[in-house]
Amino acid sequence: MTSAVPGLWPPTAQEVVFLLLGVMAAGTALLVVTTRQIVHAALWLVVSFGALAGCYLVLTAEFVAWVQVLIYVGAVVVLLLFGIMLTRAPIGPSTDLNSGNRVAALVVSVATAAVLVTTVIEGFRTAYTPLEPGGGAASSLGASIFRDWVLPFEALSVLLLAALIGAIVLSRTDIGGKD
Amino acid sequence: MHVVYPAVLAALLFSIGVYGVLARRNTILVLMSVELMLNAVNVNLVAFDVWLRDRLHGGQVLTLFVIVIAAAELGLGLAIVLAVFRNRRTVEIDHVRDLSEPADAEPEAAADAVPVRDGAL
Repeated sequence: MTSAVPGLWPPTAQEVVFLLLGVMAAGTALLVVTTRQIVHAALWLVVSFGALAGCYLVLTAEFVAWVQVLIYVGAVVVLLLFGIMLTRAPIGPSTDLNSGNRVAALVVSVATAAVLVTTVIEGFRTAYTPLEPGGGAASSLGASIFRDWVLPFEALSVLLLAALIGAIVLSRTDIGGKD
Repeated sequence: MHVVYPAVLAALLFSIGVYGVLARRNTILVLMSVELMLNAVNVNLVAFDVWLRDRLHGGQVLTLFVIVIAAAELGLGLAIVLAVFRNRRTVEIDHVRDLSEPADAEPEAAADAVPVRDGAL
């Protein structure tokens, strides 16, 4: 965007921090999909989401980072752990967590990664932006939500209510449909 | 900050999520992989919001919306998983095949296809 775009190498200090957090997020995500223990997968997911929250902080999106910590690390992982416990998953290592089409899945995901990474690198090799603090603070983001995004926000609250009622109806056995 | 770093991170996370969805057998692990894919989308949204300096903060607001929708999706998904577990005593996707095509239908269809092609010739 600007005329003086620094090269990809050497990375600045911000980029070094972002790269470290990104490697941590991707590595733990890889552990999530390859580990043999279900509970460990949920706990690696905590590390991955936490590292992604750090990435958001480096990208000056403070409010999104804290929402990520609150909802993903706080609520979603606890919900997943509840699901693991309620379905009586094996606690120790289990051998049958992967289905038979593991090789096909590996091929598809490597192909996806290759296509996406080459496309992204070709498209955004020279895109550069200096980071300025304050863009993602709660005040500016809140003003933006309640000034420009009020209608989607309210629609989202109705969606949350519908999801809540749906979850209650699905999980209660005494108010099921007529058989 | 070069935009290519968060973009590549998002691509890698998305691919890892694709692998998890396709290769895992336990439904809860599949839901975790879906969350990884949604997080990849969030990284992209935040990075491009910062790059383009959107006056409406569209990227970050949409990231919040995606997080909320992911939470709602996970709640409903787990309710469905628990309902399946109550009825079937299993949460493994390979064993829930009531809506799949019967395995013996394929040779029949292949056998039907051959005479039609012969007749056309």
